[in-house]
Amino acid sequence: MTLRRSMLFIPGSNAAMISTAFVFKPDSVMFDLEDAVSLREKDAARLLVYHTLKSSLYDGIERVVRINPLSTPYGKDDLEAAVRGGADVIRLPKTETADDVKELETCVEELERKCGREVGSTLLMAAIESASGVINSVAIATASKRLMGIAVAGFDYVVDMQTERGDGSELFYARCAVLHAARAAKIDAFDVVYSDINNEEGFLKEVDVIKRLGFNGKSLINPRQIELLHNAYAPTQEDVDYANRVVAAAEKAETEGLGVIALNGKMIDAPIVDSAKRVLSRAQASGVRR
Amino acid sequence: MDKNNHSAPGRSKTVAEPELFQGFAAKIPYLADPVAKLDRKLVDTVQEAVRRVGLKDGMTISFHHAYREGDKVINMVVQILADMGFKDLTLASSSLVSANAPLIEHIKNGVIRKIYTSGMRGKLADAISHGLMDEPITVHSHGGRCALIETGEINIDVAFIGVSACDAYGNANGFSGRSRCGSLGYAMVDAYFAKNVIMLTEEIVAYPNAPASIRQDQVDWIVQVDEVGDPAKISVGAARATTNPRELLIARLSAEVMEHGGYFKDGFSMQTGTGGSSTATVRFLEDRMRHLDIKAQWALGGQTGGMVDLHNKGLIGTLLDTQSFDAVAARSLESSPNHVEISAHYYASPMSKGAVVDRLDMVILSALEIDLDFNVNVLTGSDGVMRGASGGHCDTAAGAKLSIVAAPLIRSRIPTVVKNVTTRVTPGETVGVLVTDHGIAVNPNRSDVEERLRAANLPVRTMEELYQRAISITGEPKPIEFLDKVVGVVRYRDGTVIDTVRQVAK
Repeated sequence: MTLRRSMLFIPGSNAAMISTAFVFKPDSVMFDLEDAVSLREKDAARLLVYHTLKSSLYDGIERVVRINPLSTPYGKDDLEAAVRGGADVIRLPKTETADDVKELETCVEELERKCGREVGSTLLMAAIESASGVINSVAIATASKRLMGIAVAGFDYVVDMQTERGDGSELFYARCAVLHAARAAKIDAFDVVYSDINNEEGFLKEVDVIKRLGFNGKSLINPRQIELLHNAYAPTQEDVDYANRVVAAAEKAETEGLGVIALNGKMIDAPIVDSAKRVLSRAQASGVRR
Repeated sequence: MDKNNHSAPGRSKTVAEPELFQGFAAKIPYLADPVAKLDRKLVDTVQEAVRRVGLKDGMTISFHHAYREGDKVINMVVQILADMGFKDLTLASSSLVSANAPLIEHIKNGVIRKIYTSGMRGKLADAISHGLMDEPITVHSHGGRCALIETGEINIDVAFIGVSACDAYGNANGFSGRSRCGSLGYAMVDAYFAKNVIMLTEEIVAYPNAPASIRQDQVDWIVQVDEVGDPAKISVGAARATTNPRELLIARLSAEVMEHGGYFKDGFSMQTGTGGSSTATVRFLEDRMRHLDIKAQWALGGQTGGMVDLHNKGLIGTLLDTQSFDAVAARSLESSPNHVEISAHYYASPMSKGAVVDRLDMVILSALEIDLDFNVNVLTGSDGVMRGASGGHCDTAAGAKLSIVAAPLIRSRIPTVVKNVTTRVTPGETVGVLVTDHGIAVNPNRSDVEERLRAANLPVRTMEELYQRAISITGEPKPIEFLDKVVGVVRYRDGTVIDTVRQVAK
């Protein structure tokens, strides 16, 4: 199972961070060429990210590149560097409509052919950062087979909504809408960054909320948050023990040819067995919560 | 010669024909004067004390470094000795710090000819690394210093001991008065072994000042001075928990190595060091101790607020303290009956009748460099200049059942893992595990530990792999250019020469 709990943002212009951040082992890393890079560093960042993608430093970590919008003077160059460099995923910022995704897909396919990359090997993800993006999220999520996920991006969204970050209620609709779109399209969903990096308690509270809503994971801006997030997403020992009992009971029922599965006198149906299997594979991938 | 007839170890007494009794004060004249009897050790100036002990050119003077960067005594006393015209002195301070830069002038002027120290930093270290001295300095560990004293190589003629407060007879501890340094573990060694002890104190307090770390029967003369040290500069920020993600990563891995290395059992013992990463290691370890209901019987070392916290929570039974690294540790030493002050001799000397390091289960250590054979350099920087200290590194590594070196793989483009260390301070055979932000390497002589760490799914690599990883990022560093002149001799804790430091080319 591909875990996408953590997506660590790294400014594409920050060589010091790029040369070390892989040690923190996020599930995905997002090299940013957009908002975190000043105008006069756009070219340097693009070059740095290209060479990083070519190196083996981030082996075992999904490498996402956030390009500038294609409508800017940088977007196309960013995309070419990312595709040629071998990025796993291109993240499109400020996605408003399905057409934005389709335009990106066309450009990516063209580049794949040009540089000899297998067509379809570059995945896409769309960041939704506005009211219209949220409203169009179902169309966006189903706009391309290359889409591996969609993300809510909080900063621009709350500005667009004429509000500000608070207890999370300001994001409630956006989170639910984007999450439903993702689930309907069978792709992953990522939550916003939590920027108050010294507030561990607040971070974990937010993680608890989005995990229960059903998000796959979260965008992160500080490596310190990775371990906290992974641990919060890891099943507890009790979860694992229960899942093991469920799976054992299901296997027993199958070998005995019983149609009905029972555990401790309670009936267990197929979704419970599926859920137990998910817990076990997650435990195998991420360990048990500490 | 000790003018006060104090007993001290190793001092020979001439056995002669007994004389006839001449009166109770005939042999001990100060007893005849009821005022002098009580105040006889107090003198007005350092100069006066120096004259009374009979310091001569070429003799050995010693100091302790409990105040570290806040020390005021070393520079002040050496300046006074320079003004008095002394030459060719051997300076045997338990360690030297950046604040000791004024010693450069005294070396140039011939006041100081020879130096024994655990380490040095800053301008002084830079000047000596560039060939300031005619004779190479001797770098020793804390335990090794005691061994050199016991074998007579360091023969302390006069120990100058700075304390914040003592009584009129010289009873002193590190938690009376206003400039509290906590443990006087280094000074205790000098007070015990020196021929003469001059105490410099900020304050004379009522008799008896108890408990006495430095005892009245060890002190010859007492001088009141304005300032002996600034405790705020003992350790800058050590008590603060780090927020550096890389330090936290190393700390978490270190705690996991401690947990799974085979010695994390109820009643274990440890020494963890004092940097930001060490403090964080202790915090991670605390979680595991609680979770698994494991308590430490004792912890050793330089003590910090972090260790005191665990002690107060009942997770560490006894704290053995050679040096207190912050005010919290100094206060705890005063108030907690199980926070015990120990001398460096008791702590780490291979020649003492019992060194605590020999009983350690685990120690976390640092490194400036570590090589493919696990040899560790904690003394010279990547430019070949001395910028560190031997400290208790090789003592604890030799004594502990498992010594764990924790360091980032790369520091500002300079790899920590190298083919050969610039200076060998701790031999690789005594280093069990290296923890870096890029993974863990286990000494091939500890296959038992490697097996356990692998079983716990920790990221075990070979040292060669870590080395290749480092240079794949930094490139191969150019070798440092040295001249032939030896500027420092590194002594292992048993007194043997383990390496030399040569003068840097530029």
